[in-house]
Amino acid sequence: MNFGKLIERLAQLIPVLLGVMVIVFFMMALTPGDPVDIMIGEQPISAEQEANLRHDMGLDLPPVERFIKFLGNAVTGNFGLSFFHRRPVIDVIAERLPATIELSLVSIILAILTSIPLGVLAAVKKNTIFDRVSTVGSLFGVSLPGFWFGILLLMLFAVHLRILPVSGRIGYAYEVDAVTHLLLIDSLIAGRLDTFANALSHLFLPALTLGLPMAAILMRVTRTSMLEVMSQDYIIFAEAKGISRTRILIRHALKNALIPTVTVAALETGSLLGGNMIVETVFGWPGLGRLVVESIFVHNYPLVQAAVLFYAVTYVFLNFFADILYTVLNPRVKL
Amino acid sequence: MTEAQPILSISNLQTRFATRYGLVTAVDGVSLDVMPGECVGVVGESGSGKSVTFASVMGLIKPPGWIDGGSIKFEGQELVGMSERSYRSLRGKYIAMTMQDALTALNPALTVGFQIMEVLLAHDSQISGSARNRIRKARARVIEMMMLVRIPSPETRLNDYPHQFSGGMRQRMMIAIALACRPKLLIADEPTTALDVTIQAQVLELITDIRQTLGMSVILITHDLGVVAEYCDRVAVMYAGQVIESGPTKSVIGQPSHPYTQGLLRSIPNLANLDKRIRPIEGQVPELIDLTPGCRFIGRCDVREEACTQRVEMRNIGQGRTVRCIQPKGNVQ
Repeated sequence: MNFGKLIERLAQLIPVLLGVMVIVFFMMALTPGDPVDIMIGEQPISAEQEANLRHDMGLDLPPVERFIKFLGNAVTGNFGLSFFHRRPVIDVIAERLPATIELSLVSIILAILTSIPLGVLAAVKKNTIFDRVSTVGSLFGVSLPGFWFGILLLMLFAVHLRILPVSGRIGYAYEVDAVTHLLLIDSLIAGRLDTFANALSHLFLPALTLGLPMAAILMRVTRTSMLEVMSQDYIIFAEAKGISRTRILIRHALKNALIPTVTVAALETGSLLGGNMIVETVFGWPGLGRLVVESIFVHNYPLVQAAVLFYAVTYVFLNFFADILYTVLNPRVKL
Repeated sequence: MTEAQPILSISNLQTRFATRYGLVTAVDGVSLDVMPGECVGVVGESGSGKSVTFASVMGLIKPPGWIDGGSIKFEGQELVGMSERSYRSLRGKYIAMTMQDALTALNPALTVGFQIMEVLLAHDSQISGSARNRIRKARARVIEMMMLVRIPSPETRLNDYPHQFSGGMRQRMMIAIALACRPKLLIADEPTTALDVTIQAQVLELITDIRQTLGMSVILITHDLGVVAEYCDRVAVMYAGQVIESGPTKSVIGQPSHPYTQGLLRSIPNLANLDKRIRPIEGQVPELIDLTPGCRFIGRCDVREEACTQRVEMRNIGQGRTVRCIQPKGNVQ
């Protein structure tokens, strides 16, 4: 791979990110409701105190100045104080981020590991019962709204069957030293299998809810592109070479079929990040998504700005990596 | 060569496809023998069943298609109804195939080196030992094969992808893949159709050279009678799923006896006599659905008669020639 090209592509991301910052900043500034009013609430306070508070928070400056300040600070990782927590936004986010990363990663891995084999299988067994059932299943997967499906799962597994916890990330008795802040990994480092199992039981339902739509779409895409690839001349030629069926499927067909899947997977990861907010709220998951939802309600501008910026940056980079992976899978495409 | 056993013997092969419009008999009673070392040309227009016939030989007919009858013997071994597993050990090793368009036949996502190597790893018993050793031995053979098909600097080019080669080179790479295990029979399906004329000759010379070096038999599927005349010992002409005439190339082309073969030869432009008008064959190839039992060419034939509506069998007309016509030779002009 060409290193110079890589740098060039990275540099192209800068205007995109700048645009994101503009949108994020002004969208929040234009939202109705005054954060100072919300902070004060019913407390008796003089007009002077209120003005001081407004000044402390930088809210008395004109929007353009506030934006430039915001931009300068953002580059250094300083997103100001969270109005609500009275602590640096970056610290609050860093505290909540691992839970979201863990949930998202498990969901994505779960979605990819189930959807691709199922999609391949559905293509190979085209028009059989298996293919039809998985088609209907994936239709459900795409159509079920996360907030509703999540509550259904909770009612079944946590309320009626009582085999999985209702909310949270870990039980009180199972805490371990934080190394990576990802509980599944930390518990293994600490050698605490009970913690691992407990964390997994908390993780299972939210990960399922979050990953299902992605899995459903990836399965459909994989099936369709597999079918397309399987009818190509190079598959017939590979068969004429007398190599085994499994090898043809994996080395010859799947590598080509994954090309559209990778693109869709990157896009879907974006909607999965959005889905985080709903799923974390439903399952009381102490992650960034829930924090953002809470912060929106209390007009906690700095935190929402930083979080949305974080989502946008993640999304932009995910697509960048998908582009790189794309060139690996498809040698005809150059970076 | 008359006492020798044919390496491939197809007799009365029927291959059918179930389509939504009805049953299509794509190959209807095809019989053909190929002798060791021989080059047999199979000519016919698109849809005449030549490709399906040899897809049947390769065991590559898939539902909704199937082989409905007849026999295909390779070195005396029956191939019709053979298990997929045994078939797989035959394909690529003893019977190899090249396809019309190398651009679509080579996998765009894999290097050409890999694509040659995997045939060798699948079939060549001399490539043995540890995984590392096998790769090393196979790599040497890959380079050897690439040199055989005259790809310059094979050591570096084996890491290239198909789209990085020219059309002629891709065709040669495909031939290298087909010939990697030194098969006894090569089925070359329209090896030159996708190439321009200068490259066509190169590729055909290459196949002929290798055929002589390895002593293999070649079946050359084409719709170009000129190619047949130059490179094939014998020729079989197919029309609407049947072989309608076969025999030694010189004699068939010099004295065609089936009205269709005659028509084909008349429709070739003649460089020596450009004033002579080309005479295309009037009419269309019949649909292969719900065919009548009579001669398939009846609708386009100038010399048809009442008896042509009955089933016409293959007739032996001497000199190793057969023809599916009730009044052959009578119209030799």
